[in-house]
Amino acid sequence: MLLAGFAAAAEETVEGDPLYPILPHIGELVVGIIFAIIVYVVVAKKVVPRLETMYEERRAAIEGNVEKAERAQAEAAAALEEYKAQLAEARTEANRIREEARQQGAAIVVELREQAQAESDRITTAARQQIEAERTQATAQLRQEVGRLATDLASRIVGESLHDSARQSGVVDRFLADLERTEAQGVSSR
Amino acid sequence: MSLPLLAAADEGGFTSPSTDIFWQPLIGSGAFAITRPAIVFALTAVLVIVLLLAGTKRLAIVPGKRQMAVEAVYGFVRNTLARDIIGSKDFRRFIPLLVTFFTVILVNNLWGVIPPIQYPTMSRIAFPLALTIMLYLTYHFVGIKRKGIGRYLSGLVPPGLPKPIVPLVWVLEFASVVLIQPVTITLRLFGNMFAGHLILVLFITGGEYMLFHGGFGLKLLSVPTFGMAFVLTLFELFVEFLQAYVYTMLAATFIASALADEH
Repeated sequence: MLLAGFAAAAEETVEGDPLYPILPHIGELVVGIIFAIIVYVVVAKKVVPRLETMYEERRAAIEGNVEKAERAQAEAAAALEEYKAQLAEARTEANRIREEARQQGAAIVVELREQAQAESDRITTAARQQIEAERTQATAQLRQEVGRLATDLASRIVGESLHDSARQSGVVDRFLADLERTEAQGVSSR
Repeated sequence: MSLPLLAAADEGGFTSPSTDIFWQPLIGSGAFAITRPAIVFALTAVLVIVLLLAGTKRLAIVPGKRQMAVEAVYGFVRNTLARDIIGSKDFRRFIPLLVTFFTVILVNNLWGVIPPIQYPTMSRIAFPLALTIMLYLTYHFVGIKRKGIGRYLSGLVPPGLPKPIVPLVWVLEFASVVLIQPVTITLRLFGNMFAGHLILVLFITGGEYMLFHGGFGLKLLSVPTFGMAFVLTLFELFVEFLQAYVYTMLAATFIASALADEH
């Protein structure tokens, strides 16, 4: 087409073309103005408003996102703070409970010890009392027995029953009481 | 390939391309002929509109591939050119104009290296001029509206100048704003595309002539010539981007200085 243009250029005389290249061809100038204005109108009415609206929306969207992100961050920070506070609280609570348990444990040990002591005291006392009672009983029985044996012995020696008279006269009892008295005196005099 | 250019060369050697190559009327002739670049420009306008509308059809906050491409171009013009030069207070009103300039110029420039068009539309001065007329009306209009005609004109002189040179500076600044700025911005875009295209055509047709019509030595030499054409095509691609950027940046600068409180 370029070459075809050359052909046309060569065939035509330069008629209609301005004498110098820097002078405008009127027809081309008219076409130029008309179509430049058409482009301008379309750009001004359609293209620029569309793009500017989109820029505005994009700006708003970016700002919105930034705001949202900032809000989320603040929320996260607040939650973290809260969790930390709760954790600290829980730790204090745990310490408190542990301390209490320790104190309670100590108290229980002391109490149990006291109870055991009391029980052992009680058992010892009871045993002692029982022993005392058995001793008393044994003493009484023994006294009876000794009296009877002594009397039997004496009767056999004497040849007659002394049981009734011995009981009547309380000889045996007196003898034993004397014996006990001398024994007691012997102990105290020593 | 019965090229008149080369036919002529057959008879009398190689004829380097002249400015005639830019004149490509398709329908009619004369001042209102419908030329090939006019049709390319019109179709480019349609293409730009379609691309921009398709790229912004369902805009998502998280962009897809197509939206990303449109956003890259739009964001570049909006932030790097409009906002940074005009200032964050006023720049929004001028985004459409600057986006129009950048996209229209860029696509039209790229045709310079894209087959089958291979013709930078902006090498016809009418098209840069059409854009500059829009820019010219815009920046004078907003300047006068902002400050009133008196303050707009008196504000051309920077404050703090010694009294005697104020009139001289004013004349210079006035000439600059009214005539020099629009002419230079137009010529810069036009001249870059015009010259670049001429150079590409020179290397390509020259290489072609050497290959097909030259002797053995010339046939060999056509290889570096085509190599040069290739390198210059890449360079041209760079210039095409650069000029779209420069035009849009200067447009933003003119608007900014028309709005500025002090010169």
